[in-house]
Amino acid sequence: MSDRDLRLGIVGAGKIGTTIARAAIAAGYDVAVSGSGPAARIALTVDVLAPGARATTTDAVVRHADTIVLAVPTHRFRELPHDQFDGKVLIDAMNYWEPIDGEDDELAAAPHGSSVVVQAHFPAARVVKSLNQLGYHDFEERRRAPGAPHRVAIAAASNDRQALDEVLELIDRLGFDAVDAGDLAAGITLEPDGVAFGAAYSADELASSLRLDPVRF
Amino acid sequence: MSNQDPTTIEFGLNSFGELATDATGRQLSDAETVRLIIDEGVLAESVGIDSFSIGEHYRPEMMDSANHVILAAIASRTERIRLGTSVTVLSTQDPVRLYAESATLDAASNGRAQLILGRASATESFPLFGYNLADYETLFEEKLDLFVRLLREQPVTWSGTVRSPLTNQYVEPAIEPGSIPTWIGVGGSPQSVIRAARYGLPLMLAIIGGQPSRFTPYVELYHRALEQFGHPRLPVGEHSLGLLAATDEEARATHWPIWKHVMETMGKERGFLPPTPDRYDVETRAGALFVGSPETVAARIAETIRTLSLSRFDLKYDLLQMPRETRKATIELYGREVIPRVRQLLAEEPIDVYDRV
Repeated sequence: MSDRDLRLGIVGAGKIGTTIARAAIAAGYDVAVSGSGPAARIALTVDVLAPGARATTTDAVVRHADTIVLAVPTHRFRELPHDQFDGKVLIDAMNYWEPIDGEDDELAAAPHGSSVVVQAHFPAARVVKSLNQLGYHDFEERRRAPGAPHRVAIAAASNDRQALDEVLELIDRLGFDAVDAGDLAAGITLEPDGVAFGAAYSADELASSLRLDPVRF
Repeated sequence: MSNQDPTTIEFGLNSFGELATDATGRQLSDAETVRLIIDEGVLAESVGIDSFSIGEHYRPEMMDSANHVILAAIASRTERIRLGTSVTVLSTQDPVRLYAESATLDAASNGRAQLILGRASATESFPLFGYNLADYETLFEEKLDLFVRLLREQPVTWSGTVRSPLTNQYVEPAIEPGSIPTWIGVGGSPQSVIRAARYGLPLMLAIIGGQPSRFTPYVELYHRALEQFGHPRLPVGEHSLGLLAATDEEARATHWPIWKHVMETMGKERGFLPPTPDRYDVETRAGALFVGSPETVAARIAETIRTLSLSRFDLKYDLLQMPRETRKATIELYGREVIPRVRQLLAEEPIDVYDRV
């Protein structure tokens, strides 16, 4: 694996973004994080909550890595330009919760889940739905080395096979068993009200809840 | 640099106005529950609890929509206990109105009013009062700015986008600057932590799931941000849920079905799965649920106070359809046994609050 593969970008310096950043730093990734606006606005947050990660702008995050986690408040992703993530593996870690995000007619009506809407907004990004399904304290507390007992699983869904494989490997490096949930529309099972949302399942439990076979590394 | 004096740590109780049941299982009416909470505030003082704070929700099972009215009723029957909110949903309040109510409560209670300002996780107040949830950040930021100025520097000249401007405005009754302790409640948003530091307001952490030690970096972020903004060290507190009974077994057997029902209901609303007994076991042994005998809970509170360098710990004692006798037992055991025991544990092994981070 080349150094290039161990670079990760995270757009969003809130509780989810910084939690994923910590896990990625621990896994040996070179991590760049952006918030809305200038780097200085999130410099202290990143320095304290994700030491080792670099606080920067979203444009610089995009230059930094080929794999980028999108962890902004769901009602704000449309503020990013359509071509912001062209060609990038874009992990949609957002959840649409009407009680939290306010009413969003497009997301509320999305028959194939919110990631399909995200993909439509970033047509040339290689969108993968993942890292959204565990609460952030579960994400923090349940990371384990491969093969460790009681390792929890995280699923990923995408229409781009190669992007999906890369994210499944990332999930494993971050400390979770990886489960292939299928195409992007299947990502709806990982969202609020989906069968796997908020559940700290093992790979077997998660796969069987999704009626799938777990991927193992 | 000084050690935290265990006698100065504030131990509070929080109610969200949850409907209670009586001994026969009958659900109390809305009005009966309001009166029960007033009685519980009076009880809290009589068993030695430092403060009693009430949330703000607009839901069918929660009777805390007008917390200052309930607090004023408690004030008239008590002499010492501090009376606060947990939290005031500032984004959908008018800061001028909030100032008037808080200053009046402070006057009526002879200086015992305090506040925690935050968003709360429930958001019914936005449509109810005609606000858009998507404007939350702007609403909170502007209203906090105005409210802090009303507390600190009247007359106030202010303009913003969320309400009409004020010019050389006084709002009565007057208070001494700083006389209404005003905390910022946060649930894990780093920007909210930094905002509390920017305004030089103490920080209340809502820890309702997972290990409290997970918040250690947030405490460090708060302290570092205070330094950057040129403020002195300020207190950090924790709000968590709990229930006390004579034994751990009794406490869990009582609490589990009530908590499970609440989590199932919330899970349906927000789309997450109901909790498992395993999960409950982890939460009560090492997580954010302070459920058990007085000795068990005291040890866990002392540990979290040390870990997070806390100056305040608030226990939320009510849950939907909890029998009133169970609520009463929790309040009595918390005041009479848990709080003295925590102070004793902390005195035995002092903590360097200001040296920790």
